[in-house]
Amino acid sequence: MSETRETGAVPLLEVRGLTKVFGQLRACDGIDLTIGKGEIHALLGENGAGKSTFVKMLFGSLEPASGDIFWNGSRVAIRSPAHARKLGIGMVFQHFSLFEALTAAENILLSLDDDTSIVEIAGKAHDVSKAYGLPLDPYALVGDLSVGERQRIEIIRCLLQEPQLIILDEPTSVLTPQEADKLFETLERLREEGKSILYISHRLEEVKRLCDRATVLRHGKVVAHCDPRKETAASLARMMVGSEVVTAERPPAAAGERAELLGICGLSRKPAGPFSIPLRNIWLSLKAGEVLGIAGVAGNGQGEFFEAVSGEVLQDSADVIRIRGAAVGRLDISGRRLLGAAFVPEERLGHGAAPRMKLSENLLLSRFRTDAATFLGRLGLIRTPVIAGAAQRIVAEMDVRKSADDPEAASLSGGNLQKFIIGRELDRKPAVMVVNQPTWGVDAGAAARIRQALIDLARAGSAVLVISQDLDELFEVSDAIAVMHDGQLSAPIPVAEATPERIGLLMGGADAANASHGAGHGASHDGSHGSGHGLGHSGEVA
Amino acid sequence: MRIELVKRPQQSRLFSALSPFIAFALTIAAGAILFAALGKNPATTLYYYFIDPLTELWSLHELAIKAAPLILIAVGLSVCFLSSNWNIGAEGQFIVGGIVGSMLPVLFPEMKFWFVLPLMLLMGMAGGALYAAIPAMLKVRFNTNEILTSLMLVYVAQLFLDWLVRGPWRNPAGMNFPGTVRFHEYAVLPEILPASGRAHWGFVFALVAALVVWFVLARTLKGFQVKVLGQSPRAGRFAGFSSGRMVMFAFLVSGALAGLAGISEVSGAVRHLNEKLSIGYGFTAIIVAFLGRLNPLGIVAAGLVLALTYLGGEAAQISVGLSDKVVRAFQGLILFFVLACDTLIHYRIRLVRPHAAAAGEASHV
Repeated sequence: MSETRETGAVPLLEVRGLTKVFGQLRACDGIDLTIGKGEIHALLGENGAGKSTFVKMLFGSLEPASGDIFWNGSRVAIRSPAHARKLGIGMVFQHFSLFEALTAAENILLSLDDDTSIVEIAGKAHDVSKAYGLPLDPYALVGDLSVGERQRIEIIRCLLQEPQLIILDEPTSVLTPQEADKLFETLERLREEGKSILYISHRLEEVKRLCDRATVLRHGKVVAHCDPRKETAASLARMMVGSEVVTAERPPAAAGERAELLGICGLSRKPAGPFSIPLRNIWLSLKAGEVLGIAGVAGNGQGEFFEAVSGEVLQDSADVIRIRGAAVGRLDISGRRLLGAAFVPEERLGHGAAPRMKLSENLLLSRFRTDAATFLGRLGLIRTPVIAGAAQRIVAEMDVRKSADDPEAASLSGGNLQKFIIGRELDRKPAVMVVNQPTWGVDAGAAARIRQALIDLARAGSAVLVISQDLDELFEVSDAIAVMHDGQLSAPIPVAEATPERIGLLMGGADAANASHGAGHGASHDGSHGSGHGLGHSGEVA
Repeated sequence: MRIELVKRPQQSRLFSALSPFIAFALTIAAGAILFAALGKNPATTLYYYFIDPLTELWSLHELAIKAAPLILIAVGLSVCFLSSNWNIGAEGQFIVGGIVGSMLPVLFPEMKFWFVLPLMLLMGMAGGALYAAIPAMLKVRFNTNEILTSLMLVYVAQLFLDWLVRGPWRNPAGMNFPGTVRFHEYAVLPEILPASGRAHWGFVFALVAALVVWFVLARTLKGFQVKVLGQSPRAGRFAGFSSGRMVMFAFLVSGALAGLAGISEVSGAVRHLNEKLSIGYGFTAIIVAFLGRLNPLGIVAAGLVLALTYLGGEAAQISVGLSDKVVRAFQGLILFFVLACDTLIHYRIRLVRPHAAAAGEASHV
């Protein structure tokens, strides 16, 4: 068996030439990787680089096409997640697998193979949570817990199996910066105990801070093994992307009086289901030429907010939402589009686009009303050539890469489909653009293009509202950032005054009034919501 | 060893087009085995089943009579199924269409004017549509499962028809046989070519309906709406289409066409209303719709094929002495093979053998 260079001891895990093929795609192509005992090893790569596939093979949920896995020096075939757990490999998934109607302890009990009483589990969970600084009430209902707390359940559940290797898949993507700091402390404590961690992320700063070694994947292949502490974020990004990473340029917003294009005045919404978030008295005012970012941990009402603004769900009163001065609370999404608004939802397949329909048909999807004069003939006859031509125009404008002339939406990669969906709306030159998670799961090149397009749209005189979980993105595109937490929206903070720490505090639920008070902006939720309140400050940003 | 279905990256266009034919060929092969097992000569039985009914002109008329309701109903169902509304109750809508359309000649036999027949047809459509509106409204208003409600309403319609023709609507001069009076001449749907056979205008209605619905589905915004809401309801809502209105639209269209089929059958083929109005057209039409790949033009061809199984069943019963239950078995076989072929176009089968290295250890699954 080969040995790690540093210690000369047998490594905990060694992977040689691991390969997985899906049809034509080599998702993982001959991956080599070694993890020593007591090491935090980063697995870096863009979306679609093969990280998840690789990890699924390690955890036994996918069978490798070829390649070997050595565990403590001996060759193993990991056949199932249960087998992986038995070997001592634990995993914390990016998307939690918890029952919301059960308590934390009950959820943990369900994943254990042996019969243990619930009291015993709760006791153990309590001990582990104390030992590793993961505060958790074992008897709390999962449905009532925050995302960070749910992740703790997953981690505790994993730790109760006493694994030697813990795999964490994008653990901080759902956490506020402060919650992430707490998680890092826990991980460092585990490392001191000699446990190994495989840490999957595309956030370079935290990898530099936490990890001992890193393996970088691109298009299913290992492009580098490196010591992240000796690299810069830029050099790591270059390895991941394969080229220089461009950031969007944000010229200063035009000064002077500008008209309000989108106004939201006291929007509240009852929860639609048992686990959806109510919206609580949201106010905002978005003027021509501005980009307002809405930050927030996933599941704090962003989806509900988007549905309400887009008109997929109507409001009780028309005055709650104004688009270009018109009260549209009772107007459906087509009516709002006719007033010049455009919407891009978070989910691409099945919400923003119909997966099994062609791009040209998906163009018609959001524009059959606004472009009825050009796209439709008498009796609702569809003018296929005209629409196909318009689709080609969008494809060329946004540089959408596709395999066929007019392929089905589902056959495009996430980034290319998102470019098409954004391009479909930009092509209309909307006065108001509302985008939810514009670059979620999109590769760096496409993301930069989308961000630049949104800024350009605003600078051309439109109002752009960007809802995103990605703080870096918001700092790149926004003139001001507001934070959504538990269905409430904080007052917007001009980007020049905003820091990740300050936004992070708001994301974690710190009182909006106090957080923004320090910067001299007295806007608060209980205060009066006059017309001056809102994004008026961004004129100061230069 | 286990069997996995692996999604194919691309579907073969050739086999997509060939699929219904392959399915039909497999049905014939399975049928031959079935006949042999029943102790009949497969070759002669298949001849009587599938060839003999096509050799004479009068029998082609009978084929059109059987195909007309199948095509009419299946065309309506294609709108339902494409929009993901699972209307299983076309049989009931067919019966109610027949009942409502028969009200004029049965209750007002003295009304003998030229407009009686058009009015009957319109009433039949309205009856079928309103009967289909019940499960549609239940779905929109209470989110009930339309498969169950529409299916259960079939039995209501069947029993209601039975009661009517044995009770209040029974022909007083009918020797106590269940059934209404015979329709007068103004209430009868005429034959297309009276010289050569019995086929009535219902077959023409079926062809027109297929063409119109095909055009609407393929070329208009309404058809686009049907497909979007059927494939991804959330994208449909994002587009601004109302799913509730689509449920009503799909059920009303398919109910109206089923009702038209019902009254055409009563006034064209049977000419009075009796308890044996349907031989399961409403259910067989589901097979027709899928065999025709939910495309109204394909449905015309599929309707003729399924009509042939009815005729062939009768012919084989007479000439070879085969049970009439074989018809149902045949129709089931066709649906089975169609679905199997479609599955294999989208997926391929892979046999997964456990890893050689792992075979030695105990199972952890």
